[in-house]
Amino acid sequence: MKVTADRTRCMAAGHCAVTAPDVFDQADDGLVTVTDPTPPDPARADVLLAERLCPSRAVTVHDA
Amino acid sequence: MTVDTALLPSYPQDRKCPYQPSPGYQELGGEGPLHRVRLFDGKWLWLVTGHSQGRRLLADPRMSADRSRADFPVVLPRFEAPIFKPLALIGFDPPTHSVHRRLLAPDFSLKHVRALRADVTALAHRLIDRITAKGAPADLLNDYALPIPSMVVSELLGVPYDDHEFFEARTVDLLQAKSPEGAEAAGQALWDYLDRLITAKERDAADDGVISRLASRVDGVDLTRDDLLRIALALLIGGHDTTSQMIAMGVVTLLEHPDQLDLLLADADLVPAAVDELLRVVSVTDVSGVRVALEDIEIDGYTVRKGEGVLVSSSMTNRDPEVYPDPYRVDVRRTAGSASRQHMTFGFGIHQCLGQNLARMELEVAFTVLFERLPTLRLAVPRADLAFRKGGTMQGVHTLPVAW
Repeated sequence: MKVTADRTRCMAAGHCAVTAPDVFDQADDGLVTVTDPTPPDPARADVLLAERLCPSRAVTVHDA
Repeated sequence: MTVDTALLPSYPQDRKCPYQPSPGYQELGGEGPLHRVRLFDGKWLWLVTGHSQGRRLLADPRMSADRSRADFPVVLPRFEAPIFKPLALIGFDPPTHSVHRRLLAPDFSLKHVRALRADVTALAHRLIDRITAKGAPADLLNDYALPIPSMVVSELLGVPYDDHEFFEARTVDLLQAKSPEGAEAAGQALWDYLDRLITAKERDAADDGVISRLASRVDGVDLTRDDLLRIALALLIGGHDTTSQMIAMGVVTLLEHPDQLDLLLADADLVPAAVDELLRVVSVTDVSGVRVALEDIEIDGYTVRKGEGVLVSSSMTNRDPEVYPDPYRVDVRRTAGSASRQHMTFGFGIHQCLGQNLARMELEVAFTVLFERLPTLRLAVPRADLAFRKGGTMQGVHTLPVAW
């Protein structure tokens, strides 16, 4: 599983950082940063939920 | 196409129960995801009650939020007021909208919200101290539910809290206005107030919150002084009225579901998801978003034509049985963890509420401290005597007399 986040789409809703805090965070500008781009399998459900919750479609999970 | 609007159901409709959508909306929700409804001016728009359809339409770049467009739907007479036409954070499309959101993102980040929590908790305790010192009955709206978000937003923006009676009253006048003239007068009073405040901050080179920080960023290109005024107005209005009414309506809902209140109080870990369940149920603004289609859009067998208006109902998308089994039931254990965040009360797409995490924190603190300190809290009047706001969009109660 590979995770990317598009900072040009991010609106700083923060759902990803709340849902999968080991994978996403908010940088000092409030926008998303991916802290673990290849999270382990047990994180899959949370990462997929983060993708679903993102209102601006900034989070993408590849090879899900 | 021409639609005979005379036979369509009307929008908006008053609720019969303060935390459940009108029987008319419930009926529509049972019939499908999109419905034509008639507005006050005889025009019509699509009322969206399907969760999936609402999400997709609000995230679709072919839907415009630009309230200055001639074809943008006017849902209520007050929205004819010029003050509502260029409404920052709600009524602009990219790229302007994106510039505004990015300017504000640091102030509403999770880190910043978490840092405010201790102060908000102390504030809630001070307000309860004052309530108990005065003795029962108290008006929970004006003694607790309103001062919490009002003080928080004052502090955050750098607006003097001493002026709270003014800005709270003008906000109600604006959001509850029956006519465009009434809305414009209230909006203009707030505009002039903020204009004077910004002038003073510019003169003093103040460094006391979001407004002074943004004032230093005004460059006449990416951010004009009018943009700053529009943003300050949107934050001041959006920062206190809905949150205060959500606290009040949440308390009414919890008092009528004592089993759910007990669950919430027994398990601190449950509080965030319980707050989202209350946000889902109460749907305090009852509008997830209003848009106009820039192109023909096909969605699940429906065609939203270019120029047609769309209004996504939060109360009904929040009761889509495909997402929420037994959707009319209040169930604080409905969804574990942040799956509870998929309700539409804060909207969806790039306009989803900027202050949602601040609001969640204020609600968590407000409910927890209130019932911790006053575990025997009850209404001081029969529920039938509570006076709720009419008009079907911004929900609320005029006063909330309680005893303990």
